[in-house]
Amino acid sequence: MAVTVRIPTPLQRLTNGQAEVQCDGKTVSELLMDLEKHYPGIKERICDEQGKLRRFVNVFVNEEDIRFMQGDQTAVKSGDEVSIIPAIAGG
Amino acid sequence: MDRVVWILSSHASRLANDKAMSLSKEHIQRYSRQLLLPEIGVKGQEKLQRSSVLIVGAGGLGSPAALYLAAAGVGKLGIIDREIVALSNLHRQILHGTSDLGRPKSDSARDRLAHVNPEVGVVAIQGSFQAEDALTTLRGYDLVLDGSDNIVTRYVVNDACVLSDIPLVYGGVVGFRGQVMVIRPRQSACFRCVFPEPPQDGEIPSCQEAGVIGSAVGIVGSLMAHEALKALLGIGEELVNRLLMFDGVMSRWREVPVRRDPACAVCGETPTIQRPASLERPVCVEVQQEPFDSVLRLRSGPSPERKSRDSASPRSGRIQSEGEGEGTWPRNR
Repeated sequence: MAVTVRIPTPLQRLTNGQAEVQCDGKTVSELLMDLEKHYPGIKERICDEQGKLRRFVNVFVNEEDIRFMQGDQTAVKSGDEVSIIPAIAGG
Repeated sequence: MDRVVWILSSHASRLANDKAMSLSKEHIQRYSRQLLLPEIGVKGQEKLQRSSVLIVGAGGLGSPAALYLAAAGVGKLGIIDREIVALSNLHRQILHGTSDLGRPKSDSARDRLAHVNPEVGVVAIQGSFQAEDALTTLRGYDLVLDGSDNIVTRYVVNDACVLSDIPLVYGGVVGFRGQVMVIRPRQSACFRCVFPEPPQDGEIPSCQEAGVIGSAVGIVGSLMAHEALKALLGIGEELVNRLLMFDGVMSRWREVPVRRDPACAVCGETPTIQRPASLERPVCVEVQQEPFDSVLRLRSGPSPERKSRDSASPRSGRIQSEGEGEGTWPRNR
């Protein structure tokens, strides 16, 4: 069950430069585990030591912020698009 | 006479008879191309003249934003920046030139804006946007444009704007990518609604690892000025509850809907932030690296008076440093 995950630029060095990758999972949590399996080290950049999503990173399933859905237990299905969006502070 | 200006002048004369217009012939000439727009016209121009905007940061974003706001005739621009102009700023911070190296950015910005449009009142503030006096600093401004260069200031500016009920245009850039969003306090999602908390201690990456391309900050800073002008004029659809993202590598724009967070610490249902607070976290700065000698060599004919002033110790004992944005990603420690 392939879900497209959009990778923000700073993390693309962990995905061999790919801006989009395909992952499997029924929930966002499972997707992130699958992402980590294929691209080791990426999950710790998105989640803290307790496995919770960092508070300055947003994950959107299609166009919905998962904080307003079921968090990392938000369901995903084949064809969905998941975006990881960090704050940008430079100027 | 330019036909457009002649038509506008005729129109202006009629309005002037009603004592309804404050635009001089020179104003009409200067702003003729935007006066023609039905969304602006004479009334819009007068609105801009009565408006004031505080620009936090005279850097990559603040530069194009300030230039466009000044050129458009915004009556008062406040510019706050703590840094001095460094050589590594000049590829993107177009308010400043080689002859400004070593000067406070706020002074350089004031001079450049006066050159662009002497009608605009510029208030140059050399210093940081600090939590302690944030509410006072904002007082009297109609809108704030945040072009700061570090995550800590972003939260202080956001919180101060929400608490002061002043609209805020947020923009950020790193590398080739950027984000823009307009915040209408307590009406639309604020920065903290979207990104609830700043990174924890030790999670802020080194700025020296980050890079940025000048054209990307130019695009985002110009869009910030555009949104500020729309907000001041009260026209169009504001960029509220939408996070607009620019990918300058692919030259693509994308937006995601964002919403107010009922649990937001500053604008939620039970806010815990009653006043802007220092975050007691390291501000991401890049220590200025250029030797002062090289700065002097690059200057085009500085006056002896200026040399003397620039050689002096940093004012108020402040550390002169150059923020360069945050482009890398934190690791768990």
